[in-house]
Order: sequence, then structure tokens, then C-alpha cells
Amino acid sequence: MSENTVDAVKTEKDKRKIKAVKKMKEIMTFYYIDAKTAAENNKKVAWITSGGPVEPLIAMDIIPVYPENHGAMIGASKMGVDLCEKAEAMGYAGDLCSYARSDISCATVNGGPIGGLPKPDMLICGNNICGTVLKWYEIQARYFNVPLFIFDTPFCHTAFYEEMRRYVRSQVDEYIEFLEIATGRKLDRGRMEEVGRLSVAGQRMWQAVLDTTVNKPAPMSAFDAFFHLALIVTLRGTQTAVDYYQELLDEMNERVKDGIGAVPKERYRLLWDNLPIWYRTKWLSDKFAAHDACLVADTYTSAWCGSLRYMDEKDFLNSMAEGYTRIYLNIGVDEMARSVCDMVDKYDVDGLVIHSNRSCKPYSLGQYDIQRLVEENKGIPSLLIEADMCDERMFSESQIETRIDAFIEMLKHRSRR
Amino acid sequence: MQDIFREMAEIVRDPFDYGWKSKTLSGRKVVGYVCTYAPEEIILAAGAHPMRLFGTTGSIERADGHLQSYCCSLVRGVLEEGLKGGTDFLDGIVFPHTCDSIQRLSDLWRINVPQGFHVDAVLPVKLDTQSARQYMIDVLHRFKADLERELDCPITDENLSKAIRLMNEIRRLLRLIYELRSNQPGLMTGETLYTIVKATMIMDRIHCREILQELVEKMEAAKSSHTYAKRLLMAGGICNQPQIHDLIEAAGGAVVWDDFCTGSRYFETPIATDKDPISAIADRFLKRAVCPAKHAGLRNRAEDLIRIARERKAKGVIFLYLKFCDPHAFDYPYLKNALDQEGIPSLLLEVEDPLPAEGQLQTRFEAFLEML
Repeated sequence: MSENTVDAVKTEKDKRKIKAVKKMKEIMTFYYIDAKTAAENNKKVAWITSGGPVEPLIAMDIIPVYPENHGAMIGASKMGVDLCEKAEAMGYAGDLCSYARSDISCATVNGGPIGGLPKPDMLICGNNICGTVLKWYEIQARYFNVPLFIFDTPFCHTAFYEEMRRYVRSQVDEYIEFLEIATGRKLDRGRMEEVGRLSVAGQRMWQAVLDTTVNKPAPMSAFDAFFHLALIVTLRGTQTAVDYYQELLDEMNERVKDGIGAVPKERYRLLWDNLPIWYRTKWLSDKFAAHDACLVADTYTSAWCGSLRYMDEKDFLNSMAEGYTRIYLNIGVDEMARSVCDMVDKYDVDGLVIHSNRSCKPYSLGQYDIQRLVEENKGIPSLLIEADMCDERMFSESQIETRIDAFIEMLKHRSRR
Repeated sequence: MQDIFREMAEIVRDPFDYGWKSKTLSGRKVVGYVCTYAPEEIILAAGAHPMRLFGTTGSIERADGHLQSYCCSLVRGVLEEGLKGGTDFLDGIVFPHTCDSIQRLSDLWRINVPQGFHVDAVLPVKLDTQSARQYMIDVLHRFKADLERELDCPITDENLSKAIRLMNEIRRLLRLIYELRSNQPGLMTGETLYTIVKATMIMDRIHCREILQELVEKMEAAKSSHTYAKRLLMAGGICNQPQIHDLIEAAGGAVVWDDFCTGSRYFETPIATDKDPISAIADRFLKRAVCPAKHAGLRNRAEDLIRIARERKAKGVIFLYLKFCDPHAFDYPYLKNALDQEGIPSLLLEVEDPLPAEGQLQTRFEAFLEML
């Protein structure tokens, strides 16, 4: 390669690099330093599930820490297998959720990429994502000997009933009372309203970012979304998240204007289902890009803004009962399939990539039916990848590579027809 | 006693055949359910016959098109029977909300099994707060209204009270049978005891009460000379592998009590008869020994287990878990440690239908029993 070509390749790569990434890394570093030094600064730390109601924590100046985000970091740094094995040595079955296994063993050895999470003063478990978090948080409540609040959001197979609303709504009050006891302070209602407003604003902004991929070529891919997701999970309800996503949105809009895609030659537009395979995001991203395929959307990152329609920023505490209950994972398989079909239309998708994730039963059981319903209704093919989000032992590279190649080959034939 | 054992064993061997026959003979509607959080009393009060489903004894083929291999064999087995028509005699089915897998089973059944009506009873997961209690009552009221609509039959308080008395009586008798056998394990094999509980969940409850009563009388009069040296407690979700008892007994042990939902969790805690029936049913669900998919405290399951082991003078505990059953698997290390601290040895068996080769299990039981 001549020097000119090397430069050209470099510029081409630079062009595609999302500039906001640097800022995001800074924000997350600050966030974790803040969390890890909480005790020295007389701040309380609450561990909370990814779909949990974080806003009252923010309003009460309690630092929320997310074991699931930590799980993703462990997976991405390829430290999942070691920690999972440690949990197995503690007696936890190898079939259990790899986030849970990693976190449970990590707490006892302070391992992982950031030397463990700061010790919690309390635990907040929202079971809108799974039943696993209930068991996981019970274990941590025993281990750390701290109070546990369970935010119980009844599953909406076909409907959200009034009695569900009443039950969840009364838990919002119980939750606030729990926090007031834990901190010895009263919740500032004005501040709470502000945090609620910022939460909704952040979710809207995140949705707007994701929506930029309706453009062709898509300015970002699901792999980018997996990364940029961290703030809407961890800092939902803060100005920081709103500002960051505004910046990211501006950058994406700029890329759209300049016709810069996440993948150099976007030919196939795909939709990803389920959690990322954290230890292989780069490999998968390169693999699909090499086939001119871009994962333009996914069901996972959109889950943090998917129930916006039930949220009312002017009446946050009342509306969060429904908003937190009717999230993507807490609804029936057929409603999930309808939601996937809507995304297929919205993002003009050519195929579905389904990650059958051994770690996540509520997300994965039912995928075969979703696959069938989407194929029937939208006439698009799908690819099923058997793996795990954090436990690399469940990933068979050669098999998955062959399947991806065959899938793209099929898409090629279909587009010729 | 042998006649009763034979009758019950026949029902357990082919519950669907029993379902068809009993439906044809009685003309009563049959409502299937998948876990012990199903409010049987309300089904009975609607004049219907509640029947628990236990998966399949056959191979799993059709369900493989809907559920991954990392779903437990119970859930896959129930769906298999639904898909292949084994449960076609059911007029409807109820899915109480428990674990993630049963939650999705409900969806898959609703989407893929056309036979009969489908009702979800989305119970609270948390059982130890006032608002959860109120929600539990609300859910049961909705369930009652759903059944009234689907079965086209009003459910009166009088019938609810009658159903509660019937089920309380059955629970009392089962408990008595457990007591009698615990005192004299030689009275019947563990497999027989297990068959009695399972048959109870399948068969006509009025007839069931009669034969359980008869059984109690016979057991009270019976004497067994056979003594087992090693008294054991067995704990887990559902025991679908009764052959395990043969192996344990062959190794010189006897399971004298259990913490299974096909065992003591089904019959412990009667329903109060001095208050509003729906609230009384709700209160039983809140108070009874919990399934680990529900939350009633942080240490209650270990405390219960230790208490039962002490009460029943069990020398050791066998955890019998269904592979891929997350709620139980998560609780195992904590329960085991709690037992260790009390000096109660335990053994974990993770099984799937069908069981592994007998020799392998036999060796493990022998080694465990030797240690006690």
C-alpha cells in the first residue's frame, strides 16, 4: 500500500468514527469515580436493576449503580468466563444468567474491569425485566446485609389492568418512603418533578438518536447503540444524559446530511433481537460490515424508550406505574412480535438477526414464535444465533460464522429476484 | 390400602385418560393448571374440575419448535402435550404467574394451542406487603370473574366456602398421611406417597377426599416392622421422578418429608373459614411455604427447611432440582450453606426427564447415605 492509500483508509475510518464516544467515556469514568468514592463524600449508593425506577434515587441524591451495566462491562472485557466459573464454584448452576453469576462472584473478590462495584447501601429490584433479578438481589441483600426494595410490576400478557396500576402506584409511594428512611431525608417534590421531566426528555432524545437510523445509509448501527445506551440506563433523569444525547443526535444528523453510514457500503439492513453478545460485538460488527450489512436497529436498546407513550412528564410519579410496567420484556410474545414488525417497517429492514441468549429466558423463550410471526407478516428471513451475552463458552465462532455467511448469501439471492 | 394405591397409580400413569373419562362420566368441565398457585377453590366453586398438568412422559418433539433446549423439561413437556392434543379434553387452562419460563409458556399456549379458554392469574411476586395482599385479592376477584364468564356459571360465596372446606379437608388428610408415614416410613414407599399427592391434584376432589379418609384410617391401624436407618428430607420444585425413591430406599434411606410443590407446599397452611372467601384464599397464598419464584422474605426458605429437618428428624437433605429451573438453582448455595451451618449434610441432584442411568444415581445415593 502506498502512503496515500494508507492515509485514505485512515480518513475513511476516521470519518466513520463517532466523535461523541470520547465524551461518553469521560462521563462514564466520572460516574464510576463518583460512585466508587460515594462513601467518602457521604453519599449513599443504591444498586438497581436496568429497568428499575431510578428517578427517585436521582431526586434524592443517591448514586444509582447498575450491576447489569457492570455485567456488560465484564462481558465486553472478556472477564465473564472467569467470574462465571467462580460463581459455579460457589454452587451456582452454569445455566443461570451470566450477568448474575458474574456479579455474584465479583462481589466476593472485587474483580472485573473496575475492581468491583462500590458497596451498596440499599438494593432496588424492579422485576419488569425478569424473575432472575429477584433471586440475584435477594442473594446480594443477604451478602451485603442491606435493605432490599422490590418494585413488583405484574406481567402484562395481554393487558394492563386497573388493579395493576393501583398496585404499582402504591409501590411508588412505598419506594419513596423506603428511600426516605434509608437516607433520613424527605424527598423534595419539586426536585422529583424536575428529574421526571429530565427522564422523559432523555428517553425522547434517545429515541430520536435511534430514529436517525431510518436514514439510508444508517448513520449508526445497533453496535453503536449498545455502547451509547449506557447513559440512558445509568443516568436517566439527569441533565447530563439529555445533553449528551442532544450532542449525539446532532452528530448523527450531521452524518445523515453528509451521507455517512455506519457501514461503508450499506446494502442489507438488519434488525437485532435480544441482548448483545458483549465479548464479540466488534467481531460481529466487522463480520456484518464485511458483508455490507448494517444492523440498523434492535429490540434491546429501544427498550429504554419503548414505553414513553405511557409516561407523562407532568405527572411522572403517577404515570411511571404504567411506564415501568409495560416495557418490552414485560409483555406477551405476540405483542413483542407486533413491536418487531413495526420496527421492520419503520427501519425498512431486510432481515432479522435473533440472538437466542441462554442467559435470558424471558427475552429468549418465545423467539421462535416471534421469528415465525415476523416472517409470516413481513416476509423477511431471519438468522438465529445461539449464544450468551457474557459467557463466552457458549459461543461457537465457526458455527456462527458459517450461519452468518449463509444468511447473507440468502439475502443476496432474494435481492436479485 | 393396595386398592387405593392401585387406583391412584393408574390415574397418575395416564392422567389424560382419566381426564377424558371423568369428564364424560360427570359432565363437568375440566380446567387445567400448571402450578400450585392456581386457586383451585375458585375452579371448584364454579362447578369445574381442576387438574394439574405435569409435563409429558413421552418424547418432546413439537415443543422444540417453540422452546429452546435451555427451557426446563416441565415447561417443554406441558407445551408438547398441548400441541399434540393430549390435553384436548380441557375446557380451559389457567396460568398463575410464577417463573420466567411458565410466564412465556402461557404466551406460547395462548398463541399455539387453540383448545379451550385461557386465563392468566398474574399474582404478585412480592408477598409480604399490604399492597401486595390487596393486589392478590384483586387478582383473585378478576380470576373469579374470568371463570364465571368462561364457564358461564356464577360463583357464589356459599360455593366458595364449600370448596374451601373441601380443599382444607384434603390438605389436612394429606398432612396426616405424611405424618403417619413419617412416623412409620415402612407403611408405604416414597413413590407411593408421591403418587398419592400427585393423584390428588388430578382426580375428582370429592372422591379423593373419601379415599384419603379411608387411607388414613387404614394407616392408623397398620403397623410396619420395616425401619429405615436413614431419615431424609427432599426439597426442590416438582418431583417428576418417583423412581428416585426406589433408589434411595435400596440404599437404605427413606424420604420422610419434603419441600416440593408436589408435596408439602401443596397441603401446608389451611384456608381460614371465618372471613370473606376470596381474601381467605389470598391470605393462604401469602402465608404458605413459598415457591422460590416468589418473595416472602430473605431467609424464610432456609429457616423453613431447617425447621422441617429438625421436626422430622431428618439426617440429611436431598435437593432434587429440575435442570434449567432458575429460581431453585439461585437458592441452592444459600440453602446448602444454611444446612451446613446446622450440621445437616445435603446432596444436590439436577435432573431432567428422563433420568440418567440408574447405576450412576445409585452410587451417589449410597455414598451420601454412607456419610450420614
